Amino acid sequence: MSVTDELTGPGKPSFHLEEMVLNMGPQHPSTHGVLRLVLHLDGELAVSVEPVLGYLHRGFEKLAENRTYLQYLAMLSRLDYLSGSFMEWSYVRSIEALMNIEVPKRAEYIRVIVSELNRIISHEVAIGDFMLNLGAVTPFFWVFRDREDVMDLLEMVTGQRMMYNYMRVGGVRWDLPEDFEAGCRKFLKEYPAKIDDYEQLITDNEIFISRTLGMGIIKPYEALDYGLSGPNARASGVDWDLRREVGYSVYPEFDFKVPLGQHGDCFDRYKCRIEEMRESVKIVEQALDAICDGPVNLKLPPMLRPPAGDIYRAVESPRGEYGVYLVSNGGLRPWRLKLRDPTFSAISMIPKLTAGNKIADLVAIVGSLDLLMGGVDR
Amino acid sequence: MSGVTDFLTSFLPGFLLALAVIAASAVVFPFLMRRVWGFMCDRLGPNRVGPQGLLQPFADGLKLFVKEDVTPSQAHKYLFLIAPAVALITPMLTQVVIPFSDNYTIANLNIGLIYLVAVGAFSVLGILIAGWASNNKYSLVGGLRAAAQMISYEIPLILNIVLVALLTGSLSLNMIVGAQETVWFGVVQPLAFIIYIIAGVAELNRTPFDLPEAESELVSGYNTEYGGMRFAFFAALIEWGNVTVWAMAGSTLFLGGWRGPLFNSPLWLAVKVGIITLVIIWFFSTFPRLQIDQLMSFAWKVLIPLSLLNVAVTSGFILLWPENFFLPTAIFSWSSIALFIILFPSVIRKVLLRNRLRLLATRKMTTVISGTGKGGIRS
Repeated sequence: MSVTDELTGPGKPSFHLEEMVLNMGPQHPSTHGVLRLVLHLDGELAVSVEPVLGYLHRGFEKLAENRTYLQYLAMLSRLDYLSGSFMEWSYVRSIEALMNIEVPKRAEYIRVIVSELNRIISHEVAIGDFMLNLGAVTPFFWVFRDREDVMDLLEMVTGQRMMYNYMRVGGVRWDLPEDFEAGCRKFLKEYPAKIDDYEQLITDNEIFISRTLGMGIIKPYEALDYGLSGPNARASGVDWDLRREVGYSVYPEFDFKVPLGQHGDCFDRYKCRIEEMRESVKIVEQALDAICDGPVNLKLPPMLRPPAGDIYRAVESPRGEYGVYLVSNGGLRPWRLKLRDPTFSAISMIPKLTAGNKIADLVAIVGSLDLLMGGVDR
Repeated sequence: MSGVTDFLTSFLPGFLLALAVIAASAVVFPFLMRRVWGFMCDRLGPNRVGPQGLLQPFADGLKLFVKEDVTPSQAHKYLFLIAPAVALITPMLTQVVIPFSDNYTIANLNIGLIYLVAVGAFSVLGILIAGWASNNKYSLVGGLRAAAQMISYEIPLILNIVLVALLTGSLSLNMIVGAQETVWFGVVQPLAFIIYIIAGVAELNRTPFDLPEAESELVSGYNTEYGGMRFAFFAALIEWGNVTVWAMAGSTLFLGGWRGPLFNSPLWLAVKVGIITLVIIWFFSTFPRLQIDQLMSFAWKVLIPLSLLNVAVTSGFILLWPENFFLPTAIFSWSSIALFIILFPSVIRKVLLRNRLRLLATRKMTTVISGTGKGGIRS
């Protein structure tokens, strides 16, 4: 029962009370881009929350139908601009599966290295933004400082800091540069200590614990009902990671854990991301050890013509399952391309998760879901 | 004739000094905060304007000064315009009772403490007016949060000021400084000093209690609609002016004011204010923000009972040993802090965590859905 009901029931003096409608976003410090939340406020309480999407719509799926397969690759890292390599990967995987292409082993290792490094920087931004939403500003600068090291490595490999355009059908664009391995190993050696630093600043903080523990609980069946994936689902105890379940690329060769949460609250979602960063470091280390010589891509004609048919391929991105559903009619361009972005599922969870919470908790929950509008609005 | 003389000799210098203190704090502290916080974030902070960026506050001030003075069309015009001035009254008025040296206080009142508390309580008024008059939903929520928070934290703040009055036996701030000739009250009563700092940080809406202007929630809180010089009033003069006056009062009450080792000078007051401000900056760069109900329960369930206990015990000591009560008070205060430091990691934290987990257990998940586990290692 809300305050409004208590004051305006039968036999009570008549007040003119109404809920305050507040448009949080699309321009707001804590909506991560252009998510708009329509809040109905009863004092500090958000009685209902309704997300409004579409402020970043760029017509990605339609544009795919007017471009050749290779041309469209450059656009994919612009979808989810914090983890560009993953959407590229799931796109080239779907084409490779459709054309029955065997990718050279070295290329697969390089893909894993680039993508796991990318996962690290994506999780760093997620944690920094989450802490920014909770009102702690320093962690944001710390993660951006350390993110810079990874970005330098990725720039060394791909030539770009964020929009990689590195994956190719049948491999990757070019081989790793000579000094990459040394730089990468140096980073991997130093990095776990930096994660410990974050944990010291954030995880041990009494205020952080009191703000996040038990806040915004997602039960495992709810996570499945809403189609959550990635750390958001794993924090709820859904033991599902495509890297292990599907075992695409060379992931079955690596020894890594899939961190799970116990309660499905904001704290677990944060903790899952921290642990995944540690696991990513391990995976990159193993990949650097195991990497073999050989070609990094196949000589394919620039005008690809996958056979007619449809296929769905997905990869495990930092935000969950990035899927590409590709329908080809045997022509030069995709006949239809459907992109699946896990953030969309996470946003559909917001009204259920946040209704009845205070504004501060709402912001915390939205931050913990690691939303990125670039992939949702496409 | 004497009115004119009074004005020239008493009012005008005091007014100018008060203004100078506020203006100096608005110039020094925002800059200090940005550089020190930048250092804590492992970056440089503003260092382009002038040597080491020292002229940055003047550049900012000039920029804000030449900006257009915008009043939202739907705002309550007069209240909107007058709110920064109302809010500035508090730091201007409260600091007149702070003694600067042995023989100079702007207004040497024998009820200085009561005056400090009474006028200090006005600080919420300007913020509330600003929040309401802006006719902005974020501002309104921010203003109401400020009202609730500042009234709650006034109480532990006052209780600890009462302790100082108990230790001194006087309400005059000059007497209080005089009583600290041998030992600072911060040493006799560190518990009171710590609670004074915490409650003060909340009273001043600084991190981790900066809910009225919580950026990630309320954009900028009560001053969202303000721009240009009026924003500079809120963001620099009033915020940092209040911080300065609170730190001045804190150093007068607990750290011996202008008294210091080696020599006595107003310089010591400035140094102590700077150190207390650095503590605020340190808080700012470390803590996330509390939630409004946690904030309230922290005031009413932790700080106020603790302060009341402290007042009761200290009063008891004064009754028991009217001649020499400093030593038992100090022993009680230090040992309670030591107890807290010893107990916090091992006991208090665990109890807090267990309570939270017990709360969670009522909503505990029953099933953990597992995958097929083809590759890798199950965790």
